[in-house]
Amino acid sequence: MSIDLKTIKHISKLSRISVDEKRAEKLADDLNSIFEFIEKLNELKTDDVKPLTSIAETTLKFRSDEIKSKNIREQIIKNSPEDNEDYFVVPKVIE
Amino acid sequence: MSDITKQSLTELVENIKNKKLSSTDVTKAFIQRSEKSSELNAYITDDFTSALDKAKKFDQNPNLDLKLPGIPMAVKDLFCTKNVKTTAGSKILNNFVPTYESTVTENIWNEGAILLGKLNCDEFAMGSSNETSHFGNVQNPIDKNLVPGGSSGGSASAVAGQLTPITIGTDTGGSIRQPASFTGIVGLKPTYGSCSRYGIVAFASSLDQAGPMAQNVKDCALLQEVISTYDPKDSTSINFKRNHYSKELTKNIKGKKIGIPKEYRVDGMPKEIEDLWQKGIQYVKDCGAKPIDISLPHTSYALPTYYIVAPAEASSNLARYDGVKYGYRAKGENLIDMYEKTRSEGFGAEVQRRIMIGTYVLSSGYYDAYYLKAQKVRKLIKNDFDKAYKKVDAILTPSTPSSAFKIGEKKNDPVSMYLNDIFTVPVNLAGLPGISIPAGHDTKGYPLGLQIIGKAFDEQNILNIAFAMEEKINFKNKITDWWIK
Repeated sequence: MSIDLKTIKHISKLSRISVDEKRAEKLADDLNSIFEFIEKLNELKTDDVKPLTSIAETTLKFRSDEIKSKNIREQIIKNSPEDNEDYFVVPKVIE
Repeated sequence: MSDITKQSLTELVENIKNKKLSSTDVTKAFIQRSEKSSELNAYITDDFTSALDKAKKFDQNPNLDLKLPGIPMAVKDLFCTKNVKTTAGSKILNNFVPTYESTVTENIWNEGAILLGKLNCDEFAMGSSNETSHFGNVQNPIDKNLVPGGSSGGSASAVAGQLTPITIGTDTGGSIRQPASFTGIVGLKPTYGSCSRYGIVAFASSLDQAGPMAQNVKDCALLQEVISTYDPKDSTSINFKRNHYSKELTKNIKGKKIGIPKEYRVDGMPKEIEDLWQKGIQYVKDCGAKPIDISLPHTSYALPTYYIVAPAEASSNLARYDGVKYGYRAKGENLIDMYEKTRSEGFGAEVQRRIMIGTYVLSSGYYDAYYLKAQKVRKLIKNDFDKAYKKVDAILTPSTPSSAFKIGEKKNDPVSMYLNDIFTVPVNLAGLPGISIPAGHDTKGYPLGLQIIGKAFDEQNILNIAFAMEEKINFKNKITDWWIK
């Protein structure tokens, strides 16, 4: 298996990380060497193995849906790169 | 007392409780030494002024019943600290000031400790040498231009260099134990679910655990006792009976059965690591415990499994960094362009690489071949341990396949860097506790560690084994203060 530039472009789009041609080539090299290493798993037959989905083997607990934090608007907005008091500001979405 | 920073946590606590030292004395001493140690680059953010104020306040009305009375402590910059910048070693969180506190650090402050500052780490804890940090690499106090290991490299360097009496790191694939081994200190990765993940910047949620890094086993046990609590704010936190680890610590490990897994004798392992392991087996016998040969047949599949599971979870966790609500934002022509530029400029190369791997293995058409396969192999790895623990009480292995390496040596070869974690990764995949203790030096004089792996929730047992072995090993860290002008 080999990851080509077209695949890198596709993953980069899915990851929302823009990469230029030079970076893409380097990434293809890196990912190919990593996947070559990962391919080792194919030596194992695992058809009858149940996947491990939770390490603690407990079911998640339910809790009642109560509001615990109140009036924290200021705290939420505090770290925003751009805001206008009540809202986060983003580039225009609708023309 | 002139040599305050040379004292262990246990000694400092005792001296403060006996009023031989004040919190101000201790805090001042560690601040002064930290200020003289900027060449180590262990800190990302210091909080010295505020620390000294808190120490003075503590001394005015000291509560000496607390477990960490007025003890100054720097922590890994992956823990959210209220009103103190938390970067996770990344440009994308360069300006992030949390409005809340992580549970683990809150537990520490509740027992009287005082924040000294935030310690350097690999970006989002992704790395084994601290070279992926946006804030530059960290020096190992053992020797100039030597990596301290990673990802908790700043934490390891700060404890070994005596800039903080003790610290906490996080461990996803070895990030506490490997740097502990590289710097000649003790590092414990607790059982998954033992310490709350609330308020820790997430890397791989099914593997991440916080844990103590200390000068000795007793200090380590004391901090573990403080940080391990059940927390409803973390849905994977487990409500089990926690020991008073430091009080119940004993060197009596007579009759304990210690497994020696033959699969950890990997190809190309340096002779000095094999020799160290043999010495470790002798120490086990000297303590009255019994080494038993065991097999963990799927060991060699652990790293490839990890490099699917961890990036997959990371790609999902790191999707939140989009430049909208907090963190770095790049200018874009439209919303999508802004996302893509923010993430491209905000994340470093290793983090981008892992997000890409994770995105690929989770993408349509590849999920079964990679992610599902990895989850199945993860089950086989866990089964290996379950089977072994029917015969033994704990397992002894080397902590790392080599001693610390030079800065830059492995930077351009991701796979060779990943191989560093070959002995630590299986423990995270199986959710078990593991502790690394310093056990000897290689021919260059660099420290080497041994790892003791326990059953789930059996931290007391591996702490006891480590405590007993520590006495026999009688390790002395060779710190020359080369970085202090």
